[in-house]
Amino acid sequence: MALLASVWGCSNDAPRHRAPAPGPAAFATEIHVSERLTSIETGEETTVGTAGRVACATCHDVVDTGARAKKPEELEAFHRGLQVTHGNLACTSCHATGDPTALHLATGEMLAMSEALRLCSQCHGPQRTSFDHNAHGGLNGHWDLSRGPRLKNHCVDCHDPHAPAIGQVVPVLEPKDRGGQVEGKH
Amino acid sequence: MERRVALKVVGATLGASAFAAAMKPLAEWAETLTAEQFLQKHFKELEPEELARVLERIEEDARAKYGRTDVTVRADAPMEGVEFGYALNLSVCIGCRKCAEACHRENNHDRASDNSYIRVLEMDQGSLDLEHGNAHYDHPVPAPGKFYMPIQCQQCRNAPCVKVCPVQATWQEEDGIVVVDYDWCIGCRYCEAACPYHARRFNWQAPTIPADELNPDQGYLSNRVRPQGVMEKCTFCLHRTRRGQVPACLEACPTGARVFGNLRDPNSDIRWVLANKRVFVLKEELGTKPRFYYYFDG
Repeated sequence: MALLASVWGCSNDAPRHRAPAPGPAAFATEIHVSERLTSIETGEETTVGTAGRVACATCHDVVDTGARAKKPEELEAFHRGLQVTHGNLACTSCHATGDPTALHLATGEMLAMSEALRLCSQCHGPQRTSFDHNAHGGLNGHWDLSRGPRLKNHCVDCHDPHAPAIGQVVPVLEPKDRGGQVEGKH
Repeated sequence: MERRVALKVVGATLGASAFAAAMKPLAEWAETLTAEQFLQKHFKELEPEELARVLERIEEDARAKYGRTDVTVRADAPMEGVEFGYALNLSVCIGCRKCAEACHRENNHDRASDNSYIRVLEMDQGSLDLEHGNAHYDHPVPAPGKFYMPIQCQQCRNAPCVKVCPVQATWQEEDGIVVVDYDWCIGCRYCEAACPYHARRFNWQAPTIPADELNPDQGYLSNRVRPQGVMEKCTFCLHRTRRGQVPACLEACPTGARVFGNLRDPNSDIRWVLANKRVFVLKEELGTKPRFYYYFDG
């Protein structure tokens, strides 16, 4: 019978060749380090047409800002008019008073800008938990780390820390069907 | 001439011309179809060396048609111990349709019809009535009082589309993906009618895609350019996901609403969502057992 089956090619439901199962993680998961963490927009365009940015350290390395303001309105120069719609937070809730290029946790522990994820997680715990399981924030690359790496977005890639609510956008690609006739509009 | 003979001649002439007219589509069809294509077996019955020849031929045709030497057509096998699942967080989806656009480009969809395997419904908050969902909104999103529900193939464990196919041109693979052999499909559209999620699409025309926009990374069962008159559907981008990558719609999502992974791996992201979020499936009462899950989670 086996011979007959092989002659007649009864292979329709025989399992096909399978690719190897995912193995142990051989590639890394990285979190994108956004330029938003270390620079601000100048409001001017660069010569190649991109939004101009200037590193925080450009000014804050040489200017002694002294005591830190609680609200942008208290500032006499720079960062005036910055819109902050993020709860009732003061500038100093997150920004370190001694070092203008650093942050601080609620415990007072100093934090490099690149560690901002820990700062956000103090209040946004459930989002952090989801983020750790790739269920918040989005990613690029591989679900299977034995086959390739993964790059995750940072909080500030999507949320402006000073105004974190996501605004409205104009949707793309309205559906059509045959010959441009719009379906569902009879 | 006798009346009888005259009638015979007229009858024979009419009959011959009717026969010629009836056969005309077949003759036109034969012009574009080689004997090799006509005799090609069902995908599952192709021996490895036959499959290799078929892939090579499709690749060569695509390279010639689009003038692109970088086109590759592969038939990646399902991975051992992998069953794909997808989840979508409706609380963060803003309805921007970036997923639908990414699908459009990734899967070499017809540019003229803006086709995509994803349809995003704008729904009233507080209701899950799909009948009142609107796929044709064109105002800034998210609009007040609305939420957005992207719907694509649910990769059902008990798929009605597979059951109704009269020629077995569509089936479920071992990793759960429901696929179509475009070279076996007869275009009867039974599967389109059977799908409760409106997830299948029909190629009314041969897709038109500018050569420079063609995605050259193609799969036999997924995003190779389809011929006219066949069905197509979402395959969770199997040409990507069977190589460990995430689907194109997930990468495109600007809000991170989508979670993809291996349902058989207890430590996967998708399993974490199933264990920790209140997920639901669409039209559960139909018993289709989807592998696509939705949840609300601020």
